[in-house]
Amino acid sequence: MPKITVPLGPQHPALKEPGSFMLSLEGEEIKDAVLRLGYNHRGVEKAAEARNYVQNIYLLERVCGICSHAHATAYVHNVEEIAQLEVPQRAKAIRMIVGELERLHSHLLWLGVAGHEIGFDTLFMYSWRDRELVLDALEEISGNRVHYSMNSIGGVRRDMSNEQIKKVLGILKTLEKRIKYYITVGTEESTILARTQGVGVLPKDEALKRCATGPQGRASGVDRDVRRDNPYLLYDKVDFKVITQDSCDVFGRLVVRALEMVESCKILKQVLENMPSGDIAVKAPIKIGPGEAVNRYEAPRGEDIHYLKANGTDVPARVKVRAPTLANFESVAYMLEGDTLADAPLIIAAIDPCFSCTDRMSLVQTGTGKSGIMSFKELRAYSIEEYKKKGIDFSKL
Amino acid sequence: MARPLRAWRELVKNLFRKHVTGQYPHTKPVIDKNYRAKILFDANKCIGCNICVRNCPADAIKIIQVNQDEKPTEVDGKTIPAKRKFKCVIDLAKCVYCGQCTDGCPVKALSSSQDFELAHFNREALIDEMKHPYETESKKK
Ligand code: SF4
Ligand code: SF4
Repeated sequence: MPKITVPLGPQHPALKEPGSFMLSLEGEEIKDAVLRLGYNHRGVEKAAEARNYVQNIYLLERVCGICSHAHATAYVHNVEEIAQLEVPQRAKAIRMIVGELERLHSHLLWLGVAGHEIGFDTLFMYSWRDRELVLDALEEISGNRVHYSMNSIGGVRRDMSNEQIKKVLGILKTLEKRIKYYITVGTEESTILARTQGVGVLPKDEALKRCATGPQGRASGVDRDVRRDNPYLLYDKVDFKVITQDSCDVFGRLVVRALEMVESCKILKQVLENMPSGDIAVKAPIKIGPGEAVNRYEAPRGEDIHYLKANGTDVPARVKVRAPTLANFESVAYMLEGDTLADAPLIIAAIDPCFSCTDRMSLVQTGTGKSGIMSFKELRAYSIEEYKKKGIDFSKL
Repeated sequence: MARPLRAWRELVKNLFRKHVTGQYPHTKPVIDKNYRAKILFDANKCIGCNICVRNCPADAIKIIQVNQDEKPTEVDGKTIPAKRKFKCVIDLAKCVYCGQCTDGCPVKALSSSQDFELAHFNREALIDEMKHPYETESKKK
């Protein structure tokens, strides 16, 4: 049979953002997939070097429209680390509340998109209806539905009143019921099972090799979650489970996300019921540094890494963002191979991709000064050493 | 419960449920009072410190002095320079409604309103010029 190459993207109705997938088909089966990014490079990192630390909160928040709080928080953590600011407990709690609400909203959104890709539009409408509840809560707490802008350097911008806390707890009650319903629908409904089970398989060793992160990795049995392994904010004080699945397919990713929503509700309840009192922010200096910092944040899509270098002025010297989709993108080629063309949009959607967040440009200059490429092994050894300095041992992974 | 039966139950329940979606623009959505939309400016309070301009992430706000030509007054033989007066111009097409300007203003001259219906057919209409009363008065003269 002759091979046919079908381009999926960069502009394609099944993709919400531009990304290119060159699929070589034999009949209906995908034999080979070539992935390309870079259609929506916005130059966020460079733009950050021309703005002051306060302006950058809003700029970096806009790296992603869905995990906006994740990026902003990872960034302010870096600034606070360099400036050695002690963030008040209440501010940490509020950051956590917004972060977990964001996870709920992101997972509900994904569930709807997945339903839509499967051809189950009722699920799409149901889950997006329930997502409105979360967005309403976020609107009331922060003043916006998507770009919450809750963070300031040294704390948060708005306090939460007791009525708001009560209202969010009420919303959680409704949501818990709805999530339970989705878990039943997701695990029993034959359309969903037929379209997701055994589709886009990513075995554990491949997931590890390709550095899959977040729900994508956890659905392949990679038991990793920054919130537990390298706790930030108040995550070391709350009790929650890291959800993993061994089915390694799209179904597993659906189950992981659905059960993670239950855990998010659990975390939210614990924080809301034990809100620390006190200030919500400390005063931050205008000029930061010099110094550098790296921080990780468990975004709804996986591990989000931010690096910041400060040089003592009011603008950063360098900002580097590693969005979770970049880590997960590598596995898409593997998952597509051997599946059918009709499953391609679903497999791509299953990593919950954010192509625009991922688009970065790097300039590698050779021949001047010292430069080199680190192998995976060296990089791993280096990062284990770095984390040992912070008192976390990752050598057993 | 068998699947068809469950589907029927869902269907019948939905027949009597209220619509979730609103009929915008016939019925307006309820906007929370905490919502950050169009920025309002109180010209009488502004001291022209420019903190809002410095921290605006979108470069959308401008504070412009309006009374450069105002003469100093003579009181008991002393000349007192006129109090500086400012107007505020916000480009609504650039503004991202983050509210940083309202947070940073030391005299609370700026505030967020809940007016979110700001779309327009021409760009000029999006330049929101919030004048100081001095400008309109001096024009009348
Ligand atoms: S709301 Fe934000 S973007 Fe708009 S003028 Fe104020 S600081 Fe600038
Ligand atoms: S921060 Fe307030 S007082 Fe200062 S220039 Fe802006 S509006 Fe005027």
